[in-house]
Amino acid sequence: MEKIIIPKANHLKRNSTIFIIVFLIVGSAVFAGFNPLEVIQNFSKGKRLLGRMFFPPDWTYTIKVIPPLLETIRMAVVGTFIGTVIALPVAVFAAGNFLKNPWISQPLRLVLNIFRTIPAMVLASLFVAVFGIGPFSGVIALSIFSFGLISKLTYESIEAIDYGQVEALMSLGANKPNILRYAIIPQILPQYMSYTLYGFEVNVRAAAVLGYVGAGGIGQTFEHNLAWRNFDRVGVIIVISFAVVLIIDLISSHLRKRLV
Amino acid sequence: MENIIVKKNITPGQFLYRVINYGGLVLLILWGMLGIPYKGVMASAQGTMESLLNGIVHPDLGYLANWTIDGLPFAIVETIAIAISGTFVSAVISIPFALLASQNIVGRRVSLVGKFFITMIRTFPELILALIFISVVGPGAPAGILALGIHSIGMLGKLFSEAIESMDMGVKEALESCGGSSMEVLFRAVLPQVSPELISYTLYRFEINMRAASTLGLVGAGGIGAPLIFAIRTRAWPRAMIIVMVLVVTVSVIDMISSRIRKGLV
Repeated sequence: MEKIIIPKANHLKRNSTIFIIVFLIVGSAVFAGFNPLEVIQNFSKGKRLLGRMFFPPDWTYTIKVIPPLLETIRMAVVGTFIGTVIALPVAVFAAGNFLKNPWISQPLRLVLNIFRTIPAMVLASLFVAVFGIGPFSGVIALSIFSFGLISKLTYESIEAIDYGQVEALMSLGANKPNILRYAIIPQILPQYMSYTLYGFEVNVRAAAVLGYVGAGGIGQTFEHNLAWRNFDRVGVIIVISFAVVLIIDLISSHLRKRLV
Repeated sequence: MENIIVKKNITPGQFLYRVINYGGLVLLILWGMLGIPYKGVMASAQGTMESLLNGIVHPDLGYLANWTIDGLPFAIVETIAIAISGTFVSAVISIPFALLASQNIVGRRVSLVGKFFITMIRTFPELILALIFISVVGPGAPAGILALGIHSIGMLGKLFSEAIESMDMGVKEALESCGGSSMEVLFRAVLPQVSPELISYTLYRFEINMRAASTLGLVGAGGIGAPLIFAIRTRAWPRAMIIVMVLVVTVSVIDMISSRIRKGLV
């Protein structure tokens, strides 16, 4: 195995691509003031904080963590439900192969794209300004966020359906609602359900931190304890919510594997 | 179309199974809805909406044109820098993690442990990672880079290991039969084969990290998040709206470029 020599062509394009990538990576590290050595030097500070959080956590606080944790799951359930229900009709109109009218599908896609680019956290803090502090603002933020996500995935799978079934129905003289009911929906239903579960997973994770801006759930308890520097309680919150999110993730991805 | 008759043969067992499934789902949603108190809109909501709309119509253009360290361009570039560095850090660390989670490299048992470990990292919220790293390196962009770098291992490690598991094992076996060492196998057989997928996934994660980096500032980990949340809390809508608009445009442009490159790759 001493010498395997592979002749390399000297591509200008390739070299310049590599140069640009290296420039971007090094440039952004310098710009952001990122110094890996500093991390190693200050490692003891992080160890001290972790020690105060997890060794040992204040287990007596567990009882108080459960109600906000349930609220977090509730927020995720309702947010996903609202988002999913709105996503299906919108996805049908945003798909290019159902109405075949770019004047409807293209603007819809633009709006969906905008929804997806605004982080859930920003949406939540906007709604806190309108609906006040509490889980309701979080639910609305999660609904919009998961609506953007699920409708994008769904319209992409509507566009990828087997079009032969639609044509078969059209040749029988079926109208649009019938095509939707008998050719499109049955084909995308498993994927749509899988996307819903995926949206739920994402929403659970998002709901766990939304409280940081006052939108309800465990994040609010977390923020409160962090502000009072009750690190042992923060540790309990992290451990328990982490365990719950992990369990929900495992269940949901197991279900998704069975669906598609 | 009225006369399409679908004959359904459902055994009582299946029927019961469906009732339990759908009933459970309905109960779950009801349980969720009943737990969310609706307190009505705030008394000041109308005024808020009006000033919000006013902010959309008259965004704070002075902030956009501010080229100093306090201006919008600096914050956006810093956000992009955090996303790039964070993605790079995680892409590098993800490769060993992915190898440890791939069944065809390390065997079934080790790969299960590796997979579980990656799932654990994925579930841990990046905001909390950011808080932990702020205590290590102080507030600022480096904390954000570290948080993204560690959190992204969860997704990249999983996708990388799936790519490695579905690769053609013939090349690896050929090198091994020639007496190649494990390092040679890694660099001459495994990585060259999966590198287009690896780069594509890394770019995809960069798109996601761009969004994540814009919220990390919330806890003090640098980027656009801090000025944004400050503007929303102080109800400075013209400034908040210009930030949201620039953010939407930046993220969309990056998405477009990145998905173009990805289409060319795989």
